[in-house]
Amino acid sequence: MASSASGSSRRVSAEEVLVVEAGIEPGASSDPILLTTDSFEEVEQELNSVGIDDPQPGSSSQLQQTPNSPVKRVSTFETLEQASSVNSDETDELAQQLAQEHLDCDPLKSKEWLAQNKHIFVLSQAGKPIYSRFSSEDKLVTVMGVMQALVSFVQAGNDMIRSIHAGDTNFVFIVKGPLILVAVSKTKESVSQLVLQLTYVYNQILSILTQSQLTRVYEQRRNFDLRRLLTGSERLIDHLLNFMEREPAFLLGAVKCLPLQPAMRDSITQTIVQTCGKIKNLVFAILLANNQLITLVRMKKFFIHPADLHLIQNLVDSSESFKAAESWTPICLPRFDSNGFMHAHVSYLAEDCQACLLLLTVDRDVFFTLSEAKQKIVEKLRRTNCLEAINESMNKTSITTAEIGLPEMRHVLYKCKSTAQFWSPGFQAPYNNEKEIQRLIGCYQCLHHRLHVPNRPLKLLFQQTDKETMLAWVTSGFELYTTFEPLVTKTDAINSIGKLLKWIKKEEERLFILSSPTF
Amino acid sequence: MKTVEGKVVLLGSQGVGKTSLVTMYLTKFFNTHNSPTIGAAYFTCNIKLEDTIIRFQLWDTAGQERFRSMAPMYYRNSNVAFLIFDITNPKTFVNIKTWVLELRRNVQEKMVLILIGNKLDLAALRKVDSDEAKVYADSIGALYYEISALTNEGVDKVFSAAAAGLKQLASGKNDLVTSLKIYDNLEKSEREQPDVPLSEEPFTTSIAHGIEKKPFLCC
Ligand SMILES: Nc1nc2c(ncn2[C@@H]2O[C@H](COP(=O)(O)OP(=O)(O)OP(=O)(O)O)[C@@H](O)[C@H]2O)c(=O)[nH]1
Ligand SMILES: [Mg+2]
Repeated sequence: MASSASGSSRRVSAEEVLVVEAGIEPGASSDPILLTTDSFEEVEQELNSVGIDDPQPGSSSQLQQTPNSPVKRVSTFETLEQASSVNSDETDELAQQLAQEHLDCDPLKSKEWLAQNKHIFVLSQAGKPIYSRFSSEDKLVTVMGVMQALVSFVQAGNDMIRSIHAGDTNFVFIVKGPLILVAVSKTKESVSQLVLQLTYVYNQILSILTQSQLTRVYEQRRNFDLRRLLTGSERLIDHLLNFMEREPAFLLGAVKCLPLQPAMRDSITQTIVQTCGKIKNLVFAILLANNQLITLVRMKKFFIHPADLHLIQNLVDSSESFKAAESWTPICLPRFDSNGFMHAHVSYLAEDCQACLLLLTVDRDVFFTLSEAKQKIVEKLRRTNCLEAINESMNKTSITTAEIGLPEMRHVLYKCKSTAQFWSPGFQAPYNNEKEIQRLIGCYQCLHHRLHVPNRPLKLLFQQTDKETMLAWVTSGFELYTTFEPLVTKTDAINSIGKLLKWIKKEEERLFILSSPTF
Repeated sequence: MKTVEGKVVLLGSQGVGKTSLVTMYLTKFFNTHNSPTIGAAYFTCNIKLEDTIIRFQLWDTAGQERFRSMAPMYYRNSNVAFLIFDITNPKTFVNIKTWVLELRRNVQEKMVLILIGNKLDLAALRKVDSDEAKVYADSIGALYYEISALTNEGVDKVFSAAAAGLKQLASGKNDLVTSLKIYDNLEKSEREQPDVPLSEEPFTTSIAHGIEKKPFLCC
């Protein structure tokens, strides 16, 4: 990662930034709209619980060396109790098989395939291919067989394979229920970040099938070909994987809100509450625009987890078909209830207002009730100029840090922990093309990883490279990842963060949802 | 003027062009970027047939296997079924036979069946014999049309046939079709609640259902 390529990097003493902390925590709320367990922390816990330390300790020296030293082929093999029985030869063999497999069946494309940064594979415990990110999975029967063999080999020793590191490639495994999920990555993402992504893929599959159905089909037939039930849904997984690469929401375990005047947002929320309040069994009403949350109304006692909301966003973002008509679809929210389907009435508000409304119920017979409710909601929102307000905010380009009056700050991610919401400004130069944006997101991933290394979590990180200077800061209330001009002084950076926090505080009612309305 | 309101369900394998057919009929526009239907999509439209307004409630179902068990929710209570296959893909034609068996087993009331071979613009790649499809349609008492949702060829005919079929059902004296609604004017029908889909048991419902047995309403 460029962020650590040539940079000096050290902890900043707490006193140096203490000035800024003075009691501000923009966007905080004691009545959070979302469940606020940190999904990333949960992954860390999962990793810890099996006694594995992340093999990338995040020290810049190691991050530097690995990719630049193809000769020194470091192969470590991490398992629950450091299964030393599997040696690096086997690792190499796997890598070769991976390469060979594709050469055998599709030599023309193989170069391209092998050059892919991150492969994701899903297979059954019986070794049957289910999903592959970059090629049709049935061409990978042998490779998947090898993966399954590795997993069961280690399992036989009452152990659990976690990851293999070969040169610049990480192989990360998770075993969930009847499925094995594997990431083969040349990115600098840490093992826990890859585990998080694999977990999302698994949850996406649950969202399509439910856990009970998944378990049932394999109980009935160990050799079941799950692709039968997933055909047509691979695109959801494809989209999710791309989505995770460009949306910091997944990394942060948070959701971004569409900026709106608080009065407008209230009025939208109240319209939904009043129209839907009497509808029995309606659990959630969610209004999204441009992948951002406009409002969310929930049944008392029930909360939605950001990870479930991400899956909903993925569904909406990848399904053009919702735009054509009202839809009625079963959906499982794995963090809410992995064993049951809810039914979702999905529709865009209007031809001239492309915000997507989802009404989630446990009642399969209420399509027309919800359809009518939606109609009423839209009429009322139109009368009260709320549609206009939504459109205006959707069409506005995001404010940049320059426009906020912070010339040395290029970009920032601010996450408020108590509400699981985050805010980020628009990208500006030099992050104005896909490649640079990707690189910046990569830098944030690195920073995030380094701050969250299990056992050695950091509170502050100041890191200067020739491309940018970054400062990351985690408090009990928020997480902040800032990007500056490379030559910014620490004092200027800290001053600038102080100003930023004041600005966010001033705007918090517009940028965040601070209450949690119920039906 | 009399209004007849009936339900139409579109059934067929994924990718045969169910959504394209409805979209072409309603908008006269072929969307090349059509993405697969998720669950089912609901459309309405009116057709004037002589002295009667035929009002359709269309359920465009998803062909993906994972939604298969939802289908009864939509075909129960339907008055017309469009059974759609792709003339370039014999498997989609075979699947129609499964659908027909299922309808036979589960639907009591009289229903207008229309068998539709889509993608006629790809006739050069045809894999399903026209006569065979026609013979099959006759054997199940269905009408048969070959259409292209891409070029709009035959699309209107399908809907006119459905309208005519519905009108005939409505005038049936002996078999009373209870799921069909007949009004003296359109206004009234619009005030009425349409039929709700019949409850089936294809899915495990979320636990939330169990949790809130007591009244929870508040606002
Ligand atoms: N050449 C040709 N292509 C068509 C025609 N109708 C649909 N298609 C194409 O077939 C594909 C599937 O069309 P859809 O209308 O989405 O199919 P569907 O039956 O609704 O599919 P599901 O919603 O997944 O069940 C799309 O790529 C369409 O462009 C047609 O008449 N001719
Ligand atoms: Mg469709």
